[in-house]
Amino acid sequence: MLLRSTIISKNEFEAGTGWQLKAEGACQGDVCIPLSQPAVAAADGMVDVERVARDIGMPLAAAPAHGLWALGPASVNSRALVSAQAPELRLPDLDGKEFQLSSLRGRKVLLYAWAPY
Amino acid sequence: MWQALRNELHPQGFELVTVGLDLQGDAGCRAFIEAARPEHPSLIDRHHVLADLFGVINIPSSVWIDEHGMIVRPAEAAPAPPQPDGKASRFSIPAEMPQRFVEIMGEAAKIRKEPAAYHAALRDWVQHGAASRFALSPAEVVERSRPRDHAKALGHAHFALATQLEIDGHHAAAIEHFREAHRLVPDSWTFRRQAWSLEKVGDGPLARFWQGPTTEAPGAWPYAGDWLSDIRASGAENYSEPWRP
Repeated sequence: MLLRSTIISKNEFEAGTGWQLKAEGACQGDVCIPLSQPAVAAADGMVDVERVARDIGMPLAAAPAHGLWALGPASVNSRALVSAQAPELRLPDLDGKEFQLSSLRGRKVLLYAWAPY
Repeated sequence: MWQALRNELHPQGFELVTVGLDLQGDAGCRAFIEAARPEHPSLIDRHHVLADLFGVINIPSSVWIDEHGMIVRPAEAAPAPPQPDGKASRFSIPAEMPQRFVEIMGEAAKIRKEPAAYHAALRDWVQHGAASRFALSPAEVVERSRPRDHAKALGHAHFALATQLEIDGHHAAAIEHFREAHRLVPDSWTFRRQAWSLEKVGDGPLARFWQGPTTEAPGAWPYAGDWLSDIRASGAENYSEPWRP
């Protein structure tokens, strides 16, 4: 996920990475990884991305001249998927209207990737 | 193509969600989406979050997700259903085609496609759900998802940086991060094709498909590989992994 700051809100972290920050650690589906300290600072409710990323093995790449960081996906089990539970996907359509994959619960879904190049 | 199959299966509780992977967003995808006239959700993914979240490294590919939000088949090659007779393809080919396009199309024709088995499996799953032998167990889904170590995950982060830098107009900086992404995730075709497609040659509808050095200035090409060289090196027949039931 792209970052303009390495201190972000819990909601941003969860929406961007697909990992939920809970008392027991960082969780995706039925998999939870304990964290060295609570992920969300009690004082302001913000997440220190560098620290949490280190705990769950997410790499951080930076373009400091442009004030930009990117957090790579977790690789805890050396696979693209940690769990078979589909992560939430929020993407816009052509009109810029955001669509949530979870709105299709109750239907079978084929998620199809294509490109115009 | 997909729209007809979606309409066939929609009454059985099925939905298709198409996602265009292109940092150029609307400008890159709109003409193709409007031509397809989708009645299903049709989304734009400028930063290739499908790569991070689902392990999509090639197009066209699919992920199957059941009624409960469980993935039952991870990212795999998804051949298009057969084209109805008499329907024109997406864009017309100019009469005087440069030699490079002739060669690219020759290689593309060799790419393995097994639409019959894939689409029979899809219909079987839509009809039988969890009882379908094509619906994999959660453990199989995780096991069959793409291998990804820490170095590859770092490559994904560099790719995300590159997409934003390109969108912000920092093309030279974007190239640096695309190159890192290509080095760290050598099996991703989409990471390469996205970057190559930005080095347009000419300005016609095929400008984004040149994807390689020009004969006039071969030294100006900023990437280690290009479409034609890379597909020849790996073998066009290996472009898509064979479909596993």
